[in-house]
Amino acid sequence: MTTFPAGTFTPAPGRGRIGRMLLTHARTELLLTVRNGEQLLLTLLIPLALLIGLTLVDVIELPSPRVDSVAPRVFALAVMSSAFTGQAIALGFDRRYGVIKRLAATALPRWLLVGGRLLACLAVVVGQLVVLGLVAWALGWSPSIGGLLGSLGVVLLGVLAFGALGVLLGGALKAEIVLALANIVWLVLLLGGGVIVATSSMPAGVADVVRLLPSGALADALRALLAEHAAPSVLSLVVLVVWGIAGAALAVRTTKLS
Amino acid sequence: MTGSATDLAVEVSALVKRYGSVTAVDGLDVRLPRGEVLALLGPNGAGKTTTIEVCEGFRAADGGVVRVLGLDPATQGGALRPRIGVMPQGGGAYPGVRAGEMLDLVAACAANPLDPAWLIDVLGLKSARRTPFKRLSGGQQQRLSLACALVGRPELVFLDEPTAGLDPQARRLVWELIGALRRDGVSVLLTTHLMAEAEALADQVVIVDHGTVVATGTPAELTADNAGTPSLRFRAKAGMDTTSLTAALPERCAVTEPTPGNYLVSGAVDPQVVSTVTTWCAQQGVLAEELQVGRRSLEDVFLELTGRELR
Repeated sequence: MTTFPAGTFTPAPGRGRIGRMLLTHARTELLLTVRNGEQLLLTLLIPLALLIGLTLVDVIELPSPRVDSVAPRVFALAVMSSAFTGQAIALGFDRRYGVIKRLAATALPRWLLVGGRLLACLAVVVGQLVVLGLVAWALGWSPSIGGLLGSLGVVLLGVLAFGALGVLLGGALKAEIVLALANIVWLVLLLGGGVIVATSSMPAGVADVVRLLPSGALADALRALLAEHAAPSVLSLVVLVVWGIAGAALAVRTTKLS
Repeated sequence: MTGSATDLAVEVSALVKRYGSVTAVDGLDVRLPRGEVLALLGPNGAGKTTTIEVCEGFRAADGGVVRVLGLDPATQGGALRPRIGVMPQGGGAYPGVRAGEMLDLVAACAANPLDPAWLIDVLGLKSARRTPFKRLSGGQQQRLSLACALVGRPELVFLDEPTAGLDPQARRLVWELIGALRRDGVSVLLTTHLMAEAEALADQVVIVDHGTVVATGTPAELTADNAGTPSLRFRAKAGMDTTSLTAALPERCAVTEPTPGNYLVSGAVDPQVVSTVTTWCAQQGVLAEELQVGRRSLEDVFLELTGRELR
């Protein structure tokens, strides 16, 4: 019995420091996201392809310079991909594999289970936007400093709104259904939700509805700040906040550990 | 096994848990004194995991009272969880996470964790430290899961089938580990369907079937024979014709073969009976192995109580 000297396991229980738990959890989530190839396709390669493609190829009619209108749309897409689709799918499968239950059985408080994931997601979004921003800049994009600063706040709101919706979807249904739905919703919002086709180029009745979607609101707000050098509409900010609060409130009730 | 609530690490009284129309746990009682090891022993589907999950606060009870370290796991989970260690049955890690990263994460949640690197080492996972969870063998996954349950230096650990899928060396290590936990004052509630495991490790064994307790006691109490009628058992080749043995024995004795190769001579065994049996074996040219008078094995008790049919 020399493997475990006496006193090795003498109980000394207690909860770790909140900051350390949050950072360790977020770092683990971040590492797993970065290592996941499919996730990288969704978060980086598709937005990059759209950024370069829509800027260089005349598939949809855009004012010149094209990159100024393309960049904010692609940024909105990047936020949606990471915070909603990526988040929902990861959560769905983590529940399936018993990860959430494993972590819920530790001293990690419940709110930190989501907090660590959202922090990791924010870090991913920052990474995406830096890469996409540099490529856009190389393509001739010239944002204003004020617009850039303002868009930081809008991106944060977008991550929280889409993150809440991602947790709502990923926390409630079976992993395969989450996978299917998260991708379908992503595609529908990309094509018809005000991301690729701006609300300003939609028929009035349709545009009014799309402005109330989180995708339309986020794309509109980023377009105002980064392409039009104007303040985002109050409506777009309110829409993001309301989706975030509604999603979070519902997710608290419906999220299951396994 | 009496004591006030504070002496008990786990106290489950008349627990009921239903899934739709199925009653998984039906009036179960479990009392684990602090610092002891209790084994919930039962066939698959007996309600062992459900009981443990109610104690961990993962499932709400439909009836009965559950106190874990004096707390109600359903409503005081936040206060309870830092004090317990949990080893769930299977899974419990991100498929892509490296073994070392997973243990570091769980260790970060504790105030005074054991050194994760040391724990990885003693559990024989050093070479697998950088291997993703999905590429670990079943036994390695089990040992990592055990490490996660222990790293926070808990007062009480729940181990759901801790040795399932382990090779004999790893099983011995886990047994030694559970012995060390007990020695250091950690309370352990484990489930198993291995009789030898319950017999070797547990202070108290609770045999569960169809969601109710069918027997409870120390391994010695459970395997002691009823009312002073010792019986004799031995192992030999399966399927021997015992008619001549029965004829040679006094009338009060009966010979049966409860499981292939395991023979039981019941009915007031005395030295003469032992002599008759060994003589008969010698005549048959077989060596009676593990010849034992008096004590039943926990497996016999278990099969007697839960039936021999496969379910």
